Amino acid sequence: MEWETVIGLEIHTQLATKSKIFSGAPTAYGAAPNTQACAVDLGLPGVLPVLNHEAVNMAIKFGLAIDAEISPISVFARKNYFYPDLPKGYQISQYELPIIGRGAVIIELQDGSSKTIGVTRAHLEEDAGKSLHEDFHGMTGIDLNRAGTPLLEIVSEPDMRSAKEAVAYMRKIHSIVRYLEISDGNMQEGSFRCDANISVRPKGQKEFGTRAELKNINSFRFVERAIDYEVERQIDILESGGEVVQETRLYDANKGETRPMRSKEEAMDYRYFPDPDLLPVEIKPEVIEGIRKLMPELPDTKKERFIKEYKLGHEDAAFLTASRDMADYFEAVATQSAEPKLSANWIMGELSGFLNKENREINQSPVSAEMLAGLIQRIKDNTISGKIAKDVFEAMWNGEGDADAIIESKGLKQITDSGALESLVDEVITNNPKQVEQFKAGKDKVLGFFVGQIMKATQGKANPAQVNELLRKKLSE
Amino acid sequence: MMHSKTIAELAAGLQKRDFSSEELTRATLERIEQHDGSLNSFITVSGELALEQARLADQRLAKGEGSALTGIPVAQKDIFCTDGVLTSCGSRMLENFIAPYNATVVERMNAAGAVMVGKTNMDEFAMGSSNETSYYGAVRNPWNTAAVPGGSSGGSAAAVAARLVPAATGTDTGGSIRQPASLCGITGLKPTYGRVSRYGMIAYASSLDQGGPLAQTAEDAAILLNAMAGFDERDSTSVDTPVPDYTAGLGNDLGGLRIGLPKEYFSQGLDDGVAGVIDMAIGEYKKLGAEVVEISLPNSPLAVPAYYVVAPAECSSNLSRFDGVRFGHRCEAPKDLEDLYKRSRGEGFGAEVKRRIMIGTYALSAGYYDAYYLKAQKVRRLISEDFRQAFDKVDVIMGPTAPTVAFNLGEKADDPITMYLSDIYTIAVNLAGLPGISIPAGFVKDMPVGLQIIGNYFEEARLLNAAHRFQQTTDWHKQTPPGFE
Repeated sequence: MEWETVIGLEIHTQLATKSKIFSGAPTAYGAAPNTQACAVDLGLPGVLPVLNHEAVNMAIKFGLAIDAEISPISVFARKNYFYPDLPKGYQISQYELPIIGRGAVIIELQDGSSKTIGVTRAHLEEDAGKSLHEDFHGMTGIDLNRAGTPLLEIVSEPDMRSAKEAVAYMRKIHSIVRYLEISDGNMQEGSFRCDANISVRPKGQKEFGTRAELKNINSFRFVERAIDYEVERQIDILESGGEVVQETRLYDANKGETRPMRSKEEAMDYRYFPDPDLLPVEIKPEVIEGIRKLMPELPDTKKERFIKEYKLGHEDAAFLTASRDMADYFEAVATQSAEPKLSANWIMGELSGFLNKENREINQSPVSAEMLAGLIQRIKDNTISGKIAKDVFEAMWNGEGDADAIIESKGLKQITDSGALESLVDEVITNNPKQVEQFKAGKDKVLGFFVGQIMKATQGKANPAQVNELLRKKLSE
Repeated sequence: MMHSKTIAELAAGLQKRDFSSEELTRATLERIEQHDGSLNSFITVSGELALEQARLADQRLAKGEGSALTGIPVAQKDIFCTDGVLTSCGSRMLENFIAPYNATVVERMNAAGAVMVGKTNMDEFAMGSSNETSYYGAVRNPWNTAAVPGGSSGGSAAAVAARLVPAATGTDTGGSIRQPASLCGITGLKPTYGRVSRYGMIAYASSLDQGGPLAQTAEDAAILLNAMAGFDERDSTSVDTPVPDYTAGLGNDLGGLRIGLPKEYFSQGLDDGVAGVIDMAIGEYKKLGAEVVEISLPNSPLAVPAYYVVAPAECSSNLSRFDGVRFGHRCEAPKDLEDLYKRSRGEGFGAEVKRRIMIGTYALSAGYYDAYYLKAQKVRRLISEDFRQAFDKVDVIMGPTAPTVAFNLGEKADDPITMYLSDIYTIAVNLAGLPGISIPAGFVKDMPVGLQIIGNYFEEARLLNAAHRFQQTTDWHKQTPPGFE
């Protein structure tokens, strides 16, 4: 039987506010345990939450970016459950009236087609702390630094049909929140993570199959692997005549498998109810319009503009707009060098290669946009050849200065003085009479030999076009 | 006879240097020491801190600075967090809890120069109407030590009634200021929801809780409210509306004041003696020029049931933070996480708290939420609407604060429903978020009876004015329990 996979994602993205969603404590990552948790974050008796409106503004930005409904009134609700790293015994979240309603994003599939994925809702909530099980023999350590960090939970429709689509969707959301600068999107630090609801059904069947929920997956790679594993597991069960159990499962990245966490029967009753400590959040149209005016250009629009303005191919434009940092870098290089196509090639080729090798992000590149533009200008004005430029790039990467300084100090400047080249050409022709004969006999390929000789003599600095022209002229004499 | 003086009188004495705040505070501490043994109205007496504050107050007074509260000894209900002083909330759960911060109410009263002499006993987590649920033992009514003082601010009410302190703070979720004020024969004001910050006031039912003053007179309550009231950015439910000087209009004439008497507040269940006292008090108001109109609050009978869904629902969630993990009671040698939770909470909470957590958990459960919590919220709106319509016709609403005078210890302790009904006239006011005051209006069998006056939103000044004028022509509020003169 042919099976169809149905996937919906719940993405939790930490919002990049300076302070927490309901307290004034800082949100910075990596501080010593419990040094960024105030009385409110600790849930001490008598303390009360006060909403950080910056988190609301960030949620509105996201809503505008996915063309969603922004609720004029939304309500914070308490999600009640006991856990040691949940200080109040409830999480302040949103339930019946989320801040962001229905919206959509477009993802691109590998075959070049695109697909619209519905976003059901997005709501604000506070993150919990962390339980640390290592280093405490027979005990658990609690770090509440993360408690109260604002999260935007983005819930998709069950619109994805493969792990690849799920990854494309997740990447798209990641790119949007980074473009909006509402989240650092750092997956290692847990700023961007997701739960996946997965089911399979016979192709053509309308009803969904029974789903399993995979919890807390924090990398694009793991999402794909976890879903693939889970889909296969469910198909195996169904094909051997079994039934999929509705349950929450955990993905073990080390073993590459999912395993049950709790079943439907054990599912929590969170006893949601509106939080009486917080007033409903009212969002006036003026506020939305004010934020709309400050919206940055988003990936899709930017991509279209790059294609038009810089005459880039679709794929190049997609690559260069995947992140805002990348797009900004490209635009800086392209504008400064006035060579968009060459800029794109260098960024996607040499620069990306070096970045990948050292596992760096574009904003960590030792070669700034200005430096790369400088290099491209030297290629364009024939100061250096493309081949020499690669050496210059590597030298720039290693911190040896900008292109001009490196060309100067290493004497890499192309030889374009026709007098000097001419005498070199004469010399090579005189010293290789056999090859001259061959050329004259019609063996055109021998030209390459002469070019090679000249390049060798000039350590690659001769201008290849000029050399070619001179050789042909002299050999034909 | 310094102890029987009101805040207004003491403030005058302090201004004139008849005595210093330190002398007054020492006298107050001595009186607590001598007389509280039979009442148990204090959980903590913070003598040293009080004397320190008193000396500071004296310095301010010497410079001609300060307010009407500067140098005046007061007691804080043990539900208000006090930096460095035990805040137990009447519970074993917080037997060891010393807050690292002051509640906004405490902070404001400190800023006004009040001297905190201690923390008063209360029903555990403010859940109770008799002060019998306290982990620190029951409080006794100074008018008859066999009787309860009411609750949950029973310690504050008993301490003021016995003239141990001139004033104390309380909190009122379903009547917890007004009912003990009534049963102890003092003045207790529950302000409009949002008038006084809840920051640092340990939450029982967040949408109903409101702090307020307990004092001998309406004038003193006004002085206290001046210090307590006001917007607090740390409490999102506090309302940003200007605070008037509540003492300014106390003497206003009551001519033409329209008093509504809800017929539902004078029906079955009301003690005949209490009804008689209230009738007399209304008569007094007529003499002061007020008009009396019969009104109806038709949804009144739904108030108690709605309250006992909403309040427990909120408390079941509010009290989840008491889990033995970060503060408060933790059981000995927990086996695992579940054991830690079960025994810490099982040992830390008393029976009434457990009962309300269970009721609330049930009411919020999937499948029951609509039938209980949501329906109770609808009832709440109906009750508010009753009051809204009533205030189209009248300026204030009057009636009994409680259906009976103080009952005896143990009398209702095993019968929660009867106990809950002792708040039948006060609960609707919390559900609607309105201000209400209870003032001494007479006696039945030597036990005090309180008159409740309910006002429209943010009309505390009108309530205080009505109460003050009554106290100028009557002396019920001046009666002191035998043995505490």
